[in-house]
Amino acid sequence: MLAVTGVSKVFPGVKALSDVDFTARAGEVHALVGENGAGKSTLIKVLTGVYLPDAGEVVHDGTPVRFTTPLQAQQAGISTIYQEVNLVPLMSVARNLLLGREPRGRLGLIDFRRMHREADEALRGLGIRVDVRRPLRELGVGAQQMVALARAVAIDARVVIMDEPTSSLEPREVRTLFDVIRMLRERGIAVVYVSHRMDELYEICDSVTVLRDGRVVHTGRLADLDRLRLVSLMLGREIGEVRSEGLTKFTGSHHASAEPMLHAEGLTVRHQLRDVSLSIRPGEVVGLGGLLGSGRSETARAVAGALPTDSGRVSVGGAPVRTGSTPAAIRAGISLLPEDRKAEGIVPGLSVRENIALAALPSLSRFGLVDDARIDRIVDTFVKRLRIKSSGPHQKVGELSGGNQQKVLLARWLALHPKVLLLDEPTRGIDVGAKAEVQALIDELADDGLAVLLISSDTEELIEGSDRILVLKDGAVVDELTGDAVTEDALMRAIAAEPAGSHHD
Amino acid sequence: MTELTLAQGRVDRDRLLRLLQEYGVYAGVAALLVFNFAFTDHFVSAENFRTQAVQVAPVLIVALGMALAIGTEGVDLSVGSVMALSTSLLSLYLGYGPWAAVLVPVAGGILIGLANGTLVAHLGVQPIVATLALMVAARGLALVLLPQLKDVRDPGMTALGSGDVLGVPYLVLIAVALALLVAFVVRRTTFGRQLLAIGDSRPAARLAGLPVRRVLIVVYACSGALAAVAGVLATARLTASDPTSLGTLMELSAITAVVVGGTPLSGGRVRIGGTVAGAVLIQLLTTTLVKHDLPPSWTQMAQAVVIVGAVYAARERGKR
Amino acid sequence: MTTETTEADMQPDAVPKVTDEDPGPSRADRFSALAQQHGALVTLLMAMVVASLSFDTFLTGDNLENMALSSAFLAVVALGMTFVIVTGGIDLSVGSLFALGGVVAAWGSQYGSAVALLLPLAVCGLIGLVNGLLIARSGLAPFIVTLAAMLGARGILLAITDEGSRTYLVDKDSFLATLGQGSLLGIGVPVWITVTLFVLGAVVLRRTRFGQYVYAVGGNEDAAALMGAPVARTKIAVYAVSGLCAGLAGALNAAWLLSGVTILGSGMELEAIAAVVIGGTLLSGGFGFVSGSLVGVLLLKVIQNVINQIGSLDSAYQQVVSGAFLAVVVVAQTWLGRRRRVL
Repeated sequence: MLAVTGVSKVFPGVKALSDVDFTARAGEVHALVGENGAGKSTLIKVLTGVYLPDAGEVVHDGTPVRFTTPLQAQQAGISTIYQEVNLVPLMSVARNLLLGREPRGRLGLIDFRRMHREADEALRGLGIRVDVRRPLRELGVGAQQMVALARAVAIDARVVIMDEPTSSLEPREVRTLFDVIRMLRERGIAVVYVSHRMDELYEICDSVTVLRDGRVVHTGRLADLDRLRLVSLMLGREIGEVRSEGLTKFTGSHHASAEPMLHAEGLTVRHQLRDVSLSIRPGEVVGLGGLLGSGRSETARAVAGALPTDSGRVSVGGAPVRTGSTPAAIRAGISLLPEDRKAEGIVPGLSVRENIALAALPSLSRFGLVDDARIDRIVDTFVKRLRIKSSGPHQKVGELSGGNQQKVLLARWLALHPKVLLLDEPTRGIDVGAKAEVQALIDELADDGLAVLLISSDTEELIEGSDRILVLKDGAVVDELTGDAVTEDALMRAIAAEPAGSHHD
Repeated sequence: MTELTLAQGRVDRDRLLRLLQEYGVYAGVAALLVFNFAFTDHFVSAENFRTQAVQVAPVLIVALGMALAIGTEGVDLSVGSVMALSTSLLSLYLGYGPWAAVLVPVAGGILIGLANGTLVAHLGVQPIVATLALMVAARGLALVLLPQLKDVRDPGMTALGSGDVLGVPYLVLIAVALALLVAFVVRRTTFGRQLLAIGDSRPAARLAGLPVRRVLIVVYACSGALAAVAGVLATARLTASDPTSLGTLMELSAITAVVVGGTPLSGGRVRIGGTVAGAVLIQLLTTTLVKHDLPPSWTQMAQAVVIVGAVYAARERGKR
Repeated sequence: MTTETTEADMQPDAVPKVTDEDPGPSRADRFSALAQQHGALVTLLMAMVVASLSFDTFLTGDNLENMALSSAFLAVVALGMTFVIVTGGIDLSVGSLFALGGVVAAWGSQYGSAVALLLPLAVCGLIGLVNGLLIARSGLAPFIVTLAAMLGARGILLAITDEGSRTYLVDKDSFLATLGQGSLLGIGVPVWITVTLFVLGAVVLRRTRFGQYVYAVGGNEDAAALMGAPVARTKIAVYAVSGLCAGLAGALNAAWLLSGVTILGSGMELEAIAAVVIGGTLLSGGFGFVSGSLVGVLLLKVIQNVINQIGSLDSAYQQVVSGAFLAVVVVAQTWLGRRRRVL
């Protein structure tokens, strides 16, 4: 139905896709899986006309096509259902369903009776009953997604691509969605299903394509692939592979003292975290394992006050910290190196110097006036210690390489003398040399007595860097690996483990 | 290799555009000065320079506050109305002595600014919308307090409006002092750094633990205070309070000065030097047209073209 | 549901099909929707009752006719503004365009009434079109583009009136003058025109595909683009419509006054915005209706009338009241919007 052959896509500095073949067949639900940076979203964007491939071709219904806008792809029958519903929340269900295709009567005016009837029929066809005259926003997220699906089907979509459709759905809504997906399959529609939830993949998908580092590492029937094998393909590690020591710059275990520095208990955020507890002792590196979307970043953000929690407590050195407030967390000594360095970390228009001093400004000022001499000293110290390469302290951070941006951010937090350092993907997207330096630095910081939380999709980095690993799945801690059990095999088994009892919830 | 050269080419073009952004306004001022020196009668005289400077002072002071608001990726449309409110309050409190006549209007401006800031920072109202509401309300309040034009007969005010030190009018001195103060605040204080960080990347500022709301509120309060000062000075110069017309379209002149001066509407940068030059540029443009017997209508049209041009150029840079 | 009542009336047989899975809108949600939709109307009726009880002169034919006439011109401007605000934009140039339309119409009346009517539409529509092009195609901020247009239009106005010193007159026997001063069934022609335009505007916004695009663009621009809505063209069109409305209102006003008065229209953009927002249209876009804007205009004019009746109060209170109204409505809208997002 829809296929790509030999597709490559290069972004400055990154080869996002190289020589990828992918085929979505009619009447089949095809799982597309891979960790962050594997190239899934790039592939979806190539399929839907957001990006043009640098090499290779897209074949739709047997003919090569070249979509330059998402609209063209849509008109050719390729619809995408995004995580965030892409409809107009303030308009009624019927208006959303039929926007641009409203039935018109005399004088070209819209015939509301027919419009509502058609919308109602389209939704009933998918087994959904809602009042189509109500504004879309009054519906639950699940129902909204159904409307998006109904719209896709109504415009004669032959291919429906779903990007993590269940990430904000209630279990009941997931059931309805799956019923609809089965119905689409029976109608001969090709479904591409992107998700990280193992249980869902095995329930609904027929075949699977695994991407890693922009390449297809496996494609075939999903039933032929057991969970452990799938996880090992996604993470790019072989089961039982001899552990090769010393590839990373980590030295191994640290000597941690007894009393925990950071203690978090029962962190819960609707749809994102369920009752996550963790504690880190000074000098200890605790890793968070799990697939993308398992709640790793959310845990770090909740601890750092950047994600408001519904319930849960955080304390540092025994003193409680107000949750949901970044300034409070920072005052308590918690620092977060965010996952999205460009959007949430650096302030691109400010200089290296100002970025480093940003969080520590109040302590580097007298009467609100910036103490430049002290800032210069601190900046100088960190530039040397972290070996930040720039044309000078006054260069804009936006112009630095990824690795140096990351070091600037680390310097920003270290200047605050934190007690707890939360590192979310500290080495993603930075070159090998800088990566080794950052890894060595993490070790050094732990030895200095910091409590470190490490999140990494690089399994090797996680295993070698952490003293202990908490394994997350669907927003909850499912396992803990300690001591000799901190191995890749154990991690992958923990991630792939079948849920005890029923499906999630 | 190819990538590297490509990047090099882009950097060069970037640098060129940045140069234009940084110094274009100064070049414009210089060009207008040269033109006027050469072709305008009675341009080169101390008296003329003094007049020009006195006229530009209130606009400049308002533009300083506007630059701060724009630096946080906001805007303050209420400044003109705050000037009107300030002139009304001045008239009302003139009887209570010179200090009351100056401080009460400034307090009024700060209050309006606090209202703006609260709407923006705590309620998440878009800056345009929030300040638009206060723009209407403040002008109305000004007219309620003082329904029509009233002469301001006070020796102190007259001295403030037309006095000078060594030939430099007080108004100009105050404007220059305030410009230096704001430039100092932006460059050298914690507040200034935080303001720029918030304007450049609000998510990053939030995650770095900056007091985002407090900074926003203070910014709008400053803008209100500066507009009120401008209102007081304009009243002193005109020796009359006219809440109906004082400050109308001031928001536009101030935004023009800031944008032409190279401060992007997208926030994260505040160029005080450029803002001063921008205010001067508009003043010179007006003078040039007037002195060459072109009617005021031309000035308005020219200003409209200049502002759209400046915003358009900034857009080109922003997209890069 | 939060759509216009007329639509519900057209659907008498549509029974809500709510299954047990679907809890339906909460009572609080329904209340906020009702408040947004009819709050202005209820306030207007209350204001009229209070006014007619307080002042014998309020409910007289003369007074009502005066109010209707003076509302008509602002209402036409607010009609165009409604389209712009529903797309999430703003048009600050309408006050200048209103004045420009009046002067151009008066100037053109020497060449006949057809010229007098078409010329302001052409001029103001063109300026609106340029606004729309700069906003939609070049991606400039609506407030700054229309602020510049406000200045530019004022400049043009001064240029064609010898810097405001010349006033063009409308011949009081011309067809144009009839449009402004005539009456039909005891009601002034401008009022009839306004009512007609509002009916037309309501039909366009609610019952044409263009209208749907206007809502979609304001509700979620990215989604609208993905759904195939012509986003840029829709935006250009609404600014052109706003320009046309302002120009027409100015022309009618000139016909009523029998001259093109240059000093009119300053601050009118704010009155129009206030009326639209008070009428329940969201300043953030995506929701609103023209009937609300009409109610908003009437409410402002009734308050103005009451303030005039009191006599001892200055007319400036009018601005305080509109500003306060605007602030309250904006805060309420933001608050309601936030609550909804949380839910």
